[in-house]
Amino acid sequence: MNVNGESISGEVEDRMLLVEFLREHLRLTGTHVGCDTSQCGACVVHVNGVSVKSCTTLAVQAEGGDVTTIEGLAINGELHPMQQAFKDNHGLQCGFCTPGMVMSAIDIVNRNGSDVDEATVRKELEGNICRCTGYHNIVKAVHAGAKNMGG
Amino acid sequence: MYSEELVVGWACRKVNRPVKWTSDRTEAFLADAHGRDHVAHAEMAMDKNGKFLAMRVNTTANLGAYLSTFATMVPSYLYAFLLAGQYSTPLIYSEVKAVFTNTAPVDAARGAGRPEATFLLERLVDVCAEDMGLDPAEIRRRNFIPVDAFPYQTPVVQCYDSGDYNAALDKALALADYEGFAGRAEEAKSRGKCRGIGLSSYVEACGIAPSAAVGQLGAGVGLWESAQVRFNPTGNVQVFTGTHSHGQGHETTFAQLVTEQLGVPIENIEVIHGDTSKTQFGMGTYGSRSLAVGGVAIAKACEKLIEKGKKIAAHALEAAEGDIEFADGNFAIAGTDKAMNIAEVAFNAYVPHSYPEGLEPGFDENAFFDPMNFSFPAGTHICEVEVDPDTGVVEIVKYSAVDDFGKLINPMIVEGQVHGGIVHGVGQALLEGCQYDSDGQLITASYMDYAMPRADNVPSFDVDYAPTNPPHNPLGVKGCGEAGAIGAPPAVINAISNALGIKHIDMPATPENVWRAAQTATS
Repeated sequence: MNVNGESISGEVEDRMLLVEFLREHLRLTGTHVGCDTSQCGACVVHVNGVSVKSCTTLAVQAEGGDVTTIEGLAINGELHPMQQAFKDNHGLQCGFCTPGMVMSAIDIVNRNGSDVDEATVRKELEGNICRCTGYHNIVKAVHAGAKNMGG
Repeated sequence: MYSEELVVGWACRKVNRPVKWTSDRTEAFLADAHGRDHVAHAEMAMDKNGKFLAMRVNTTANLGAYLSTFATMVPSYLYAFLLAGQYSTPLIYSEVKAVFTNTAPVDAARGAGRPEATFLLERLVDVCAEDMGLDPAEIRRRNFIPVDAFPYQTPVVQCYDSGDYNAALDKALALADYEGFAGRAEEAKSRGKCRGIGLSSYVEACGIAPSAAVGQLGAGVGLWESAQVRFNPTGNVQVFTGTHSHGQGHETTFAQLVTEQLGVPIENIEVIHGDTSKTQFGMGTYGSRSLAVGGVAIAKACEKLIEKGKKIAAHALEAAEGDIEFADGNFAIAGTDKAMNIAEVAFNAYVPHSYPEGLEPGFDENAFFDPMNFSFPAGTHICEVEVDPDTGVVEIVKYSAVDDFGKLINPMIVEGQVHGGIVHGVGQALLEGCQYDSDGQLITASYMDYAMPRADNVPSFDVDYAPTNPPHNPLGVKGCGEAGAIGAPPAVINAISNALGIKHIDMPATPENVWRAAQTATS
């Protein structure tokens, strides 16, 4: 598979989860495991441009695909507009949910456009849990990021 | 403290290498301490004007199967001592029975005891208002401790140092457009929805804690905090704190504090915490104490540096120490333009070529702070809901919070703490609860079954402040980390009760519980 623009190959057990492959084989530990049951969204990555929960995806399911993790967003040290928006809007506190939030947020904007409304953002962030921020600044950040991605 | 923390240390020595321990989510649900879990019965006596005369509270507090760290302190001095709330009720009787059960231990969770006290009291006040035919805002106003009564000795041990409860209430009513509620309720009714509004005027005791207070209660610890502020010869500053930052932004707030005190550029300051191989002994982060206690320790270390800097500048500038004044990062001979900035003083302190006997080299100071009293943040939160009586689904349509945290050092961070606290409280009110079946099996042991608040359960919030100055705190700060979790649950439940015209509903007010309550209300 292609991970963050780099061609990767590895031999894994059939049952290995994509998140284990990313974290333990590739040491891409920005993708987090928060619940093991596909509820919290800390493990969200993009496979072929679409967000998936890597804690309930088998590594072999991504075979031959393009995988993007949080580590793959910044280009030459310049943050992705969505990462920058989270930073500018205090959209994170402890940061544990942030990689998944950012990956989901980009997918939401890709699917709904840069003028996505608050109700849609909140509804579609339903699969990402944050205990710190109360979501207020995350939603603000998604809108700011959406604007920057669009422009 | 959890046994795993000890086991990791033991294992580390056994295998002679670092050992990392990770819990999975289900293990956390099973073995981490749970929160709240009180059953309480409360009564209020009033005169014919709705003035509170006496309150009696009987509480049974679950402690779980065995005691955890704070255990009995939560339903005692963090709960019963807060039962006066914002009111001048002259007589309060409280009896707390702590019981062992077969659940996980119950211990401190954001607010610890204060959400329980606030929920009980603010629900009771709303029931009193209804019984007296008074508006919930009006009954609160009639009973508030007046602004000129501070310091105010409550009948339940705590002595509040400062507050202006009317100011926060007025601001919150305006922010929530309380006046316009009737019109909005009417409009909601035309859509088949029951709209309700709920107030919660909370006070909490944080900045935990005066060592003397916890000593009196038999605790085996002192609850001071420590700091070290070290200048390196380059003028860079390292701030070591005994508190811990896990998302509260201490790295920013504490650096701002040092910039304010010493006039050092913020980018030259590094805040170091949580690494016991680097930092001095400290008491940690809990009870909204990091700035109110730990921050003061940092400010005190800064004061010591200024005193020492005056000695060094006096020597270097050949002046009397008494003639040196410090302002905006500069040590100057009063009335002259002869001055050294603090980075030059720091460098001088490490190159003491001509120091007289008694002038110690180095520019590095420690300080401890033990507060004389708790701090008492307070405020009014107003929640507005729409309930669908056919499904029991509650939508929070507007939430306004006005808090008194004293002086704000970083308003953006404070606001983030308020938002997060509110949603923690909304979770408790509407969704969260640890459920065991009759065999003692935990049936909420994953996020599939334990309902966390999600982005679509809450709106964006309106947040404002009504600060007063706490005389006991040298920085004028009160603590903001738990306020939302304390203020929110009764605001939400009062709003639901108002919407349905009911007197009681237990938390969590799940759609099923609300639907059942709605059926009873209409039948």
